[in-house]
Amino acid sequence: MPDKTDNRNSGAVLKQNFSSLGRVIRKLFGYYPKLAPLTVFCILFSAVVSSIPSLFVQNVLAVIEKWYRTGDWAAARPEIVHYLVILGTLYLLSLLSMLLYSQIMAYMTQGFLHKLRTELFDGMQDLPIRYFDTHQHGDIMSHYTNDIDTLRQLVSQAFPTLIQSGAIVLAVFAIMLYFSLWLTLVLVLGIVAMFFVTKTVGGGSARYFIRQQQATGALEGFVQEMMNGQKVIKVFNHEEASIGDFDRVNDELFTVSNRAHAYASILGPIMGNIGNVLYVVLALAGGVFLLSGFQNVSLSGLPFSVSILVPFLNMARQFTGNVNNLSQQFNAIVMAGAGAARVFEMIGETPETDEGYVTLVNVKEDLSELSADPNNVSGAYDRTAGNSGSVELDPGSVTETEERTGHWAWRHPHTDGTLSYTPLRGDVRMLNVDFAYEEGKDVLHDVSVYAERGQKVAFVGATGAGKTTITNLINRFYDIADGKIRYDGININKIRKSDLRRSLGLVLQDTNLFTGTVMDNIRYGRLDASDEDCVRAAKLAGADDFIMRLPDGYGTVLHNNGTNLSQGQRQLLAIARAAVADPPVMILDEATSSIDTRTEAIVQRGMDKLMEGRTVFVIAHRLSTVMDADVIMVLDHGRIIERGSHEQLLNEKGTYYRLYTGAFELE
Amino acid sequence: MVKTMLRSLREFKKPAILTLLLIIGEVFIEVLIPFYTADLVNRIKAGAEMSSVLKLGLILVLMALLSLFCGGAAGLTGARASAGFARNLRGDIFRKIQSFSFENIDRFSSSSLVTRMTTDINYVQMAFMMSIRIAVRAPLMLLFSVVMAFLMGGTLAATFVIVIPVLVAGLLMIAKKALPAFRAVFRKYDRMNQSIEENVRGMRVVKGFAREDHEKKKFASASDNIRKDFTYAERIVALNAPLMQLCLYFNMIFILFVGSRLIITNQGTTIDVGQISAMLTYGFQILMSLMMISMIYVMLTMSLESMHRISEVLQETPALQNPAAPLREVADGSVDFDNVSFKYSKTADRNALSAIDLHISSGQTVGILGGTGSGKTSLIQLIPRLYDVTEGRVCVAGHDVREYDLSMLRDAVAVVLQKNTLFSGTIRDNLRWGNPDATDEELEAACRLAQAHDFIMSFPDGYDTHIEQGGTNVSGGQRQRLCIARALLKKPKILILDDSTSAVDTHTDALIRKGFKNYIPETTKIIIAQRVASVEDADQIIVMDNGRIAARGTHTELMESSEIYREIWLQQTRGGEESA
Repeated sequence: MPDKTDNRNSGAVLKQNFSSLGRVIRKLFGYYPKLAPLTVFCILFSAVVSSIPSLFVQNVLAVIEKWYRTGDWAAARPEIVHYLVILGTLYLLSLLSMLLYSQIMAYMTQGFLHKLRTELFDGMQDLPIRYFDTHQHGDIMSHYTNDIDTLRQLVSQAFPTLIQSGAIVLAVFAIMLYFSLWLTLVLVLGIVAMFFVTKTVGGGSARYFIRQQQATGALEGFVQEMMNGQKVIKVFNHEEASIGDFDRVNDELFTVSNRAHAYASILGPIMGNIGNVLYVVLALAGGVFLLSGFQNVSLSGLPFSVSILVPFLNMARQFTGNVNNLSQQFNAIVMAGAGAARVFEMIGETPETDEGYVTLVNVKEDLSELSADPNNVSGAYDRTAGNSGSVELDPGSVTETEERTGHWAWRHPHTDGTLSYTPLRGDVRMLNVDFAYEEGKDVLHDVSVYAERGQKVAFVGATGAGKTTITNLINRFYDIADGKIRYDGININKIRKSDLRRSLGLVLQDTNLFTGTVMDNIRYGRLDASDEDCVRAAKLAGADDFIMRLPDGYGTVLHNNGTNLSQGQRQLLAIARAAVADPPVMILDEATSSIDTRTEAIVQRGMDKLMEGRTVFVIAHRLSTVMDADVIMVLDHGRIIERGSHEQLLNEKGTYYRLYTGAFELE
Repeated sequence: MVKTMLRSLREFKKPAILTLLLIIGEVFIEVLIPFYTADLVNRIKAGAEMSSVLKLGLILVLMALLSLFCGGAAGLTGARASAGFARNLRGDIFRKIQSFSFENIDRFSSSSLVTRMTTDINYVQMAFMMSIRIAVRAPLMLLFSVVMAFLMGGTLAATFVIVIPVLVAGLLMIAKKALPAFRAVFRKYDRMNQSIEENVRGMRVVKGFAREDHEKKKFASASDNIRKDFTYAERIVALNAPLMQLCLYFNMIFILFVGSRLIITNQGTTIDVGQISAMLTYGFQILMSLMMISMIYVMLTMSLESMHRISEVLQETPALQNPAAPLREVADGSVDFDNVSFKYSKTADRNALSAIDLHISSGQTVGILGGTGSGKTSLIQLIPRLYDVTEGRVCVAGHDVREYDLSMLRDAVAVVLQKNTLFSGTIRDNLRWGNPDATDEELEAACRLAQAHDFIMSFPDGYDTHIEQGGTNVSGGQRQRLCIARALLKKPKILILDDSTSAVDTHTDALIRKGFKNYIPETTKIIIAQRVASVEDADQIIVMDNGRIAARGTHTELMESSEIYREIWLQQTRGGEESA
């Protein structure tokens, strides 16, 4: 049984969930401004029509009463047929509207879910990386599966039932008043009881269903951990112990699941039998009224008779049946409210902002030699201190073009209305950068890095020293707290994010491939790349060899992040993917960590060629990967403690030297 | 398949059967209630004595109470039986998985096992509950109602002869068309969710390549595709309700027309008004039951897929069995491979290991080198019988490993796996995996030997430091050393380290090896390493290449004889030590 604090908290949550339900309704009407009201109308119409027959039943019975003693069927027949034809017509209309709305409902529900899903997904694409770093992937996924599922229930079942049963309840109630006030009052007593039952039993059920979800989550987490470590369990003969642990989690789920379903399944019988008792009470009360010649009070003004009592009893049954229907939706509504609240919470997350206005454009002129000979062009190339090495060109000297020329420039509109172009070269500089993921916990302090075009810059340091953070900042997965980052001399905050990222090739340690062919996966780097481009990139990355040995070569379909490939092969594919994009700057974050030293040596030539002419940032544990860098930065607790070439650092006999000789443990 | 699963019902068989009985009772009463209410209405109408009316009313209230009792109790037992069934199924699957050998584990991905234990079992639980509550109720209700309708209504019951076949045929047609449509769309739906998961996991790649818009387009078309298919399936099912309503309406008009004619022509002698209302009730119950039956049919068919996936696990036979009369003692730490070949599955066309002959005497230190995929890990996994050989035999202490009791063998042969895992819990909990009864002194001794004691003590909570799931809050080198300590606590005869010191610095690595030499000299040590330095001083070094032993000997011998060894050695001394 619930304790009080639990109730108070759930009260606030419940309020929020209910406002989410309102939002679902508004959205539904917003998506379907014509169909949604039409559906509501149809449901109401068919509901009202299906409650009217009681009136006609009463009429028909009255006719029977009138004639049955005479036995004259011929005389009664026209009257009865008359009523039945009207009844039949109403039925037909009700059927048609039902057919209509049930078809529209199917269409609308799925359309609504589709739109909500895409809104959720589109919103998700625009969320900052921080969101994904701070939320469990399982939790994000459950928005798409569990939460949307509760909404499906809500829209396709709970809403129509609510409208329909609600309307029937109201209509029947009105008709009952039409027949007899006293009997209706008796009925109200029953309604009060039913309301009370729904609140306690239905509420209990909803509460335990939510707890069942939590318990399922706990079990899922436990099983996931055990399955991942299953081989360790075997090696240590630990099977019995883990079964014991599992049983505890499993029993907890059993307990709450049992309660949730117990509450849910006794609701129906209780409601149904309140209905039965009510029926008997009404029949008795009716009998008393009949026998005692009680004065009837009703809207119709009809005197009390059997022909009123019989349809009244049927209506009472209809009434309680529909109240029961309403109460059965209680669960679905509470669950959907919680689901909707979670979905809207994610939709409402603040998207990644992009106030960049400098864009990357194709130009006709080959500007690649500019950095080599700055005097060649009508622009200033200032190498003095304080300048970050940018070349600004007059708009007249370059021609923008839509087609892909292989020559790129930054298009830079200025506040004074003028326009200038800067050739894309790949010069990246960080100046005195500070950064913290969480306020107060600085990850980087005063980091400055200069990477000129074509240079290879390596980062070495323990886990948590801030290596990956630096790459997170260059492509603006996160924004720096203090300092400057310049790309080709332009403040990266001014560059449109998609263009900035397009100009940086990223290869991460955890490769993520997508379901599709090998070719599709490579082409992900540049969507308009031809097959030849992709193969060339694969050859450059040293991936061509193993791809050709796959059953269908480049057409081999990868599933589930490429489970059929080894981690090393996946990394080679990821490198090929970055290579096909042909960016001036590449970031290799432990990109070859799973390729053994021998294979690495084999692919080294391709890699060298790939890096040629590009600015490359390399993060690696393996010092053999970083030795040939132009400059190596040793990071420690967010600070660069040593910098220089391999030889320089060895001569310094500092941390790098100790790492190199293996006397010092990384990670 | 259903039989396999029902075996898991066990102690919940009683509530399940009780549910069935209670529901039979409930149905029985529910069918009687309209009969008596009709009587009640007739008596009232006929102006019978108040006392007889009251008596009948009382009977009816009692019946309602009884029905409430039966229905409520059936609800409770049904919930218990189905939740219990699900619990037992989960327990059985988990136990089954624990009995799996490595070969079985390789066959199922961990995420698919998790889905089977949650989503799939959930479906089965729902289907089971519906079955025991409705699968009996609906046909019974149907039967009783039809019988009562004929008993009471006489010719009026003719309506059911028309309505029932129409409804049954209609429902069948709908179910037949809807089922394949639903199955197809559910499969698509699963695929869509998988691609969402891929997207979430690969968000850095998506954003890194600025592919947000591409992903949005891709998703919108997939989602719209599903919308279309789902709409189609739902529209078929949406025909159910109008069909049902059509039958109800027909019933109503038929009964009213024929009924009124009967009453009037017979002057109320054969049937009367009360019976008409009872007939309407029975009509409703009959049609409702048919509807329920079709619903259950659909639900059961839809859960077939889940049942199939569950029984697939339950029916999987563990690839390794304990021998009938197992040896329970491993005498020493000697290991012999006699002409061993091995492949991971019978259908694999390539041997992972071929023609391995290898003899290690007790107490030796053996180093194994070789590139990725050369068969190092496959080789050592045969010693604790994690897999069985395909040809030849592997002996420990002179006996084929297949003669030993599995857990005895694995206690004697400790492996520190390459993909080593720590579990959430304290360091002490994790270490005790090696020996649940280890004293604090023993824990400390093992940790000192694995060079882990010092860093453990540097944590504020020492041995009680909490390890996060997957051991993410200790560094790679620390994790490896904890795993070594955990294995040492077994006091094994044979200790195998599968690339287990790769993240440990060379100095510590050397200390660990020195400790092994000094403190556990009688234990056979088999060390797989990437670093030549880790195996340089071994009694015997094996160089693996392409599933075969390419060279063997001591460091000095191999420098002479093996080109691969020389190559690796040169690369590592010239090309920088692997420090990670």
